[in-house]
Amino acid sequence: MNNSPYFNPERETMTRQQLEAFQLERLKQTVRHCLTNKFYQKKFKEAGITADDIQTLDDVRRLPFTTKQDLRETYPFGMACVPLRDCVRLHSSSGTTGNPTVILHTQKDLDEWANQVARNLWMVGLRPDDVFQNSSGYGMFTGGLGFQYGAEKMGMLTVPAAAGNSLRQIKFIKDFGTTAIHAIPSYVTRLYEVMQQEGVDPRRDTKLKVLAIGAEPHSEEQRKRIEEMMGVKAYNSFGMSEMCGPGVGFECPEQNGLHFWEDYYIVEIVNPDTLEPVPDGEIGELVLTTLCREAMPLLRYRTRDLTRVLGRTCPCGRNHVRLDRMRGRSDDMIVLRGVNIFPIQIEKILMQFPEVGTNYLITLVTEDNNDQMIVEVELNEPTDDYGKLQKLSQEICRRLSDEILLKPKLRLLSKGTLPVSEGKAVRVVDKRKVYQ
Amino acid sequence: MTIHQLSIFIENHSGTLIKVLEALKEANIQIIASTVADTAEYGIYRIICSEPIRAYEELKKAGITITLSEVLALELDNKPGRAADAISVFSKAGISITYMYSFMLGGKGILVFRTDNFELARDTILQNYMKYITEKDLVKLV
Repeated sequence: MNNSPYFNPERETMTRQQLEAFQLERLKQTVRHCLTNKFYQKKFKEAGITADDIQTLDDVRRLPFTTKQDLRETYPFGMACVPLRDCVRLHSSSGTTGNPTVILHTQKDLDEWANQVARNLWMVGLRPDDVFQNSSGYGMFTGGLGFQYGAEKMGMLTVPAAAGNSLRQIKFIKDFGTTAIHAIPSYVTRLYEVMQQEGVDPRRDTKLKVLAIGAEPHSEEQRKRIEEMMGVKAYNSFGMSEMCGPGVGFECPEQNGLHFWEDYYIVEIVNPDTLEPVPDGEIGELVLTTLCREAMPLLRYRTRDLTRVLGRTCPCGRNHVRLDRMRGRSDDMIVLRGVNIFPIQIEKILMQFPEVGTNYLITLVTEDNNDQMIVEVELNEPTDDYGKLQKLSQEICRRLSDEILLKPKLRLLSKGTLPVSEGKAVRVVDKRKVYQ
Repeated sequence: MTIHQLSIFIENHSGTLIKVLEALKEANIQIIASTVADTAEYGIYRIICSEPIRAYEELKKAGITITLSEVLALELDNKPGRAADAISVFSKAGISITYMYSFMLGGKGILVFRTDNFELARDTILQNYMKYITEKDLVKLV
């Protein structure tokens, strides 16, 4: 059995010099691999570069960016760099703002993905004799299968509890001797509430020692509250389905930023307007280049997440770059309770109702430790009928929750109540204070 | 045989009601009766007033979400049981009442109501010789 504090000591403790040499080699391979695909061939041609132009690690900046839009336009398989028969898994985002995005995986991609997750779980002190309960959504949501395979790879007894049904979750935690849980932060809070109602004290009645939380923006304050409630450390996890899923970045026991695994990704932070790199410490958009993906490598993928470099060394011995928790988005995507939502989705639904106007406001608030969305919209047509108003309100709510998979609170307002903005309308007000 | 009623959509927060009342005051319009139900998010403020058409225009000008609707109003003697008598007639005729409110004016009880089946309600009132109020009557009573 591995007695090391590292899951993969050789890779995790590489010096900067070793890392960079490793990255350059992988980058060259990745570029050559990408150029077997028509989409990339065209992109390179437009950018006027060839694979031979990549001679140093800095040459990564000569590569064209890829975006979510590219994934949509090439839906479903246009960016695959291997024949479909070599792929064994597909994850897809909800295609609510156009085509969905599809991410393909070969068996090797799945193995490497599991390795990243296993590395993270090992890093925060979990070992094969631990019991890992994955209270995250399964299915297309990568937090489910991603952690499942990673935890299994590490050798833990893994419980695919999935999200919801808190009483059953608590029973599992007690009966199976669960020592670690992965969930979105708001669900941990919910679990704790139910524990309290049931008279369960997590410190006294469970063997919990680690929480992995992610897929939902949360503040340092929120993390501390969760740690106090549950009496264990909670580690921030970063993932995105485009890269594979969870595993891309994770906090070490120092809890001073997330290590992004540079043997798997080239990490750049750029100014979202100029697309030029920003100095360490300055907030910019996270751009990732995959280094070991077969099915769908992505070059300079614009994540739209805003963060900054905190450092490139760490007392834990890992020299992989440490990034701050995500500070916001460079587009208007909302992340609420693990679900990605674009305001245009809300707008699209509201506009289907002639009874309401075109002006609307989305407010995100934290109520009783739960993140909520409030949608306010103005009534176009006055009415004398309560029944109609109620029906309208219910129908809008139903259609919205079908679209965004969450039930927002709807407020009907009289015409002219919402501020009319000059220029770009303010559609989203985030009062959750998660990015501070 | 109907009277005009103003129906105003109001959100449930401070300042919305006063905006309506100030606008009516400004226009020198007298409120004869009004009602608003309590709901969590919003309400409909219903008003019977002098010069409802002018009131409607003035409130609309003030940027208030308003609709002008027509309701039936019965005049009842100021004695116990008259409301029950009136409503039982409607009940027997199979007329359901969407909403209803009442007030006293000039020593008479006025019962304002709205129904889904206006035609049937009108016929029932006429056939049973019930006393109804017109807009003209209302102004006289003020």
